[in-house]
Amino acid sequence: MPAPIRLRELIRTIRTARTQAEEREMIQKECAAIRSSFREEDNTYRCRNVAKLLYMHMLGYPAHFGQLECLKLIASQKFTDKRIGYLGAMLLLDERQDVHLLMTNCIKNDLNHSTQYVQGLALCTLGCMGSSEMCRDLAGEVEKLLKTSNSYLRKKAALCAVHVIRKVPELMEMFLPATKNLLNEKNHGVLHTSVVLLTEMCERSPDMLAHFRKVRQLSSSQLVPQLVRILKNLIMSGYSPEHDVSGISDPFLQVRILRLLRILGRNDDDSSEAMNDILAQVATNTETSKNVGNAILYETVLTIMDIKSESGLRVLAINILGRFLLNNDKNIRYVALTSLLKTVQTDHNAVQRHRSTIVDCLKDLDVSIKRRAMELSFALVNGNNVRGMMKELLYFLDSCEPEFKADCASGIFLAAEKYAPSKRWHIDTIMRVLTTAGSYVRDDAVPNLIQLITNSVEMHAYTVQRLYKAILGDYSQQPLVQVASWCIGEYGDLLVSGQCEEEEPIQVTEDEVLDILESVLISNMSASVTRGYALTAIMKLSTRFTCTVNRIKKVVSIYGSSIDVELQQRAVEYNALFKKYDHMRPALLERMPVMEKVTTNGPTEIVQTNGETEPAVLETKPPPSGLQPASQANDLLDLLGGSDITPVIPTAPASKPASAGGELLDLLGDLNLTGSPVSAPAPQIAQPPFLLDGLSSQPLFNDIAAGIPSITAYNKNGLKIDFTFERSNTNPSVTVITIQASNSTELDMTDFVFQAAVPKTFQLQLLSPSSSVIPAFNSGTITQVIKVLNPQKQQLRMRIKLTYNHKGSAMQDLAEVNNFPAQSWQ
Amino acid sequence: IHFILLFSRQGKLRLQKWYTTLPDKEKKKIIREIVQLILSRNQKTCSFVDWKDLKLVYKRYASLYFCCAIEDQDNELLTLEVVHRYVELLDRYFGNVCELDIIFNFEKAYFILDEFIIGGEVQETSKKSAVKAIEDSDMLQETVEEYMNKPAF
Repeated sequence: MPAPIRLRELIRTIRTARTQAEEREMIQKECAAIRSSFREEDNTYRCRNVAKLLYMHMLGYPAHFGQLECLKLIASQKFTDKRIGYLGAMLLLDERQDVHLLMTNCIKNDLNHSTQYVQGLALCTLGCMGSSEMCRDLAGEVEKLLKTSNSYLRKKAALCAVHVIRKVPELMEMFLPATKNLLNEKNHGVLHTSVVLLTEMCERSPDMLAHFRKVRQLSSSQLVPQLVRILKNLIMSGYSPEHDVSGISDPFLQVRILRLLRILGRNDDDSSEAMNDILAQVATNTETSKNVGNAILYETVLTIMDIKSESGLRVLAINILGRFLLNNDKNIRYVALTSLLKTVQTDHNAVQRHRSTIVDCLKDLDVSIKRRAMELSFALVNGNNVRGMMKELLYFLDSCEPEFKADCASGIFLAAEKYAPSKRWHIDTIMRVLTTAGSYVRDDAVPNLIQLITNSVEMHAYTVQRLYKAILGDYSQQPLVQVASWCIGEYGDLLVSGQCEEEEPIQVTEDEVLDILESVLISNMSASVTRGYALTAIMKLSTRFTCTVNRIKKVVSIYGSSIDVELQQRAVEYNALFKKYDHMRPALLERMPVMEKVTTNGPTEIVQTNGETEPAVLETKPPPSGLQPASQANDLLDLLGGSDITPVIPTAPASKPASAGGELLDLLGDLNLTGSPVSAPAPQIAQPPFLLDGLSSQPLFNDIAAGIPSITAYNKNGLKIDFTFERSNTNPSVTVITIQASNSTELDMTDFVFQAAVPKTFQLQLLSPSSSVIPAFNSGTITQVIKVLNPQKQQLRMRIKLTYNHKGSAMQDLAEVNNFPAQSWQ
Repeated sequence: IHFILLFSRQGKLRLQKWYTTLPDKEKKKIIREIVQLILSRNQKTCSFVDWKDLKLVYKRYASLYFCCAIEDQDNELLTLEVVHRYVELLDRYFGNVCELDIIFNFEKAYFILDEFIIGGEVQETSKKSAVKAIEDSDMLQETVEEYMNKPAF
């Protein structure tokens, strides 16, 4: 067989391939040749073949069949073989390979080889990719070499030890004695690697750290002073061509020493004091014209900020960072911003001095710099500078890349909330954000803003006017339109009456307002959620506007047949409001009260009280049944014989008929709601008030106690009522019962009303039912939610009264429910 | 340093040195991702990129990109110096090094790197010493004659 082609030949040949396919062909041919050569156990050409294989591996082709060959090369006596063999091992034989461990013996032998370059190869390989088993086996050898006087080997052994410690931390102790002498070396290589080794040990083990801080080294000087001395020599010594980089002596070593000093000085006053001088010296004497000097200064600054340095030194450090910010070199600016971000919490005032430079960085072209400048700017906003900063940040929001807009908008909202100098300013700022970056605003911002607006009672007129003007021109930005729709719905009366104090009031007619809301409804650009907002807003205006009620009725009835199920449901319910429950309409559509806000930790976190999370719960829950049973309460009493059972008035007592708003307040107070919604699917978060929200089939609690069995509470004449239970772990006195009423007869049951009464020690709250018709043949159910408060944990009992129309006659029935499972009330 | 990559402006890999253990597939994916990321950055951007939980430090020398992945607490500016030093070593060894030198002598590029960095840390800060070690090792390599005549095991 002809001699295998040389490596360079192969490389040249492969490079002539014009297509990927051609290359693949060549490679496959060569691989085949190599494979047969391996099979022949050819010692002469093994090295060449493996080298070629490594080249092909780099191009991305599989080379695992060369693994064993690498082992053979390592075991060979020829240096050339070993060199390639070890290279192959480092590339192909990582610890995940089965044959990895077979290397151990070879490496062990080579660690004791007579030639230092062979030993070096072995140390290098072990130090780059030795597995934990291998490290355990060979740690002793490494430790021995750590004590040799041969600096070439010593430095490699030190880094090998670092690797061993990383893989098998328990072996750290073993290297401790050898470290005593390490820093007495003159050789920079050994010094450098020793410092790395000491750093690794100190970082990993607090005991080691304590040890190195205190213990006297062999040459009777402690570690910190020793390091300080070495560093001093580096700075003061004259030009040393061997280690010089742009006029600075061995910057690599300087930086490593500074880093080790940082670890030694952290939280330790004595050590920190010992290094104050040298740090000041380095900080003031280092040349800053080239990158290398700045690298050292950077490390110095990091060290100063991390140890217990005196304040003068800290100010010096921050000023260095400030100078960095003005540097033309982007990398330096980047590094400065990163460091300032880390220190802004602790040295806030010092960083504030550089605020204007930081703000200038917002205009930089580099994305990473912009991001850091933005984060830093938000960290620096305070009560004094908020107006100026906000101007800059709003300008930034306008011109920055899309990937920033969401974070920037959120940041602005947070900052505005904390430091707003006036409500009007706050609202103006929000408006500005909505109009410039409207589509990037996070979903949870909408409810937050609505809540904020609600709370600024005196600004309502101003707010709604501005929002109206904003969407007049452009209603494509969803969050903006949602907030605007909501506000117009709530405060439309203020809008048309031209009551604005803060600004020149505009003349708007009711029709114009409805025009814009209808455009939102029709527009292709509006999301389903936005449409929902608009429809509800139109509905609310039916009580606030006087001349356009018919128009509103028409709009609402049109959407009763909308394809969008969401819209359809709302329209149907609103229609029902117009038709059957018109007397309730004013009460239901009353102005929203000021919402209790529980502070949150951030836009996506939820604060739960009583386990309530559904934002829909926030809104009104006016159970129609609330007003009816009120008048029938006496009936119930009669029926029940007035024993220890009190009738249930689902909401406030009937003595407050006109103050439906008061009832709502009670409801809201009771439920102790949060102001921020779930970070669940977006459409649900942005759900506007569902006035007639029957029932969500979702559990209302987040921490549901596991599986309470459901019961059949009533089953007679084809009407079956099932109770399912949910309880909250955080509030065990509340039990939520969901009733499901089904009809197995062949005719529908209509005008179904469910009423319930419980013993005195309980409190009951009945939410509105999903409908009043139970379709026949079990083809659908009515669901209704009952909340029972049982603070004394008494056994749950309930009397129910059912009224409905069936087969043309009115039906009525009473029943007692006694089969509540223990888990529902215990 | 977690790994070092050298690649051309067309995205062809010229050298890969990994100081952490990863499956082959993972390595390939990472290489693809990073090459794409860095090649898409323009001249005006800085040399540092945040990538996963590491920082990438890269610099272009003629037609080759040198990229190092370092940990959070490593000094980026110093890493630039490390990269520069490696290039200087290559330059000293090859004499006015160019990409072709690295392509045709990739194994030497690895040897030089291994004299400069072990386990992700710098081992030798003197240019002279590092290059001398390589040259001495080269001397140890047998000539063709010696190679043929020496017993293998």
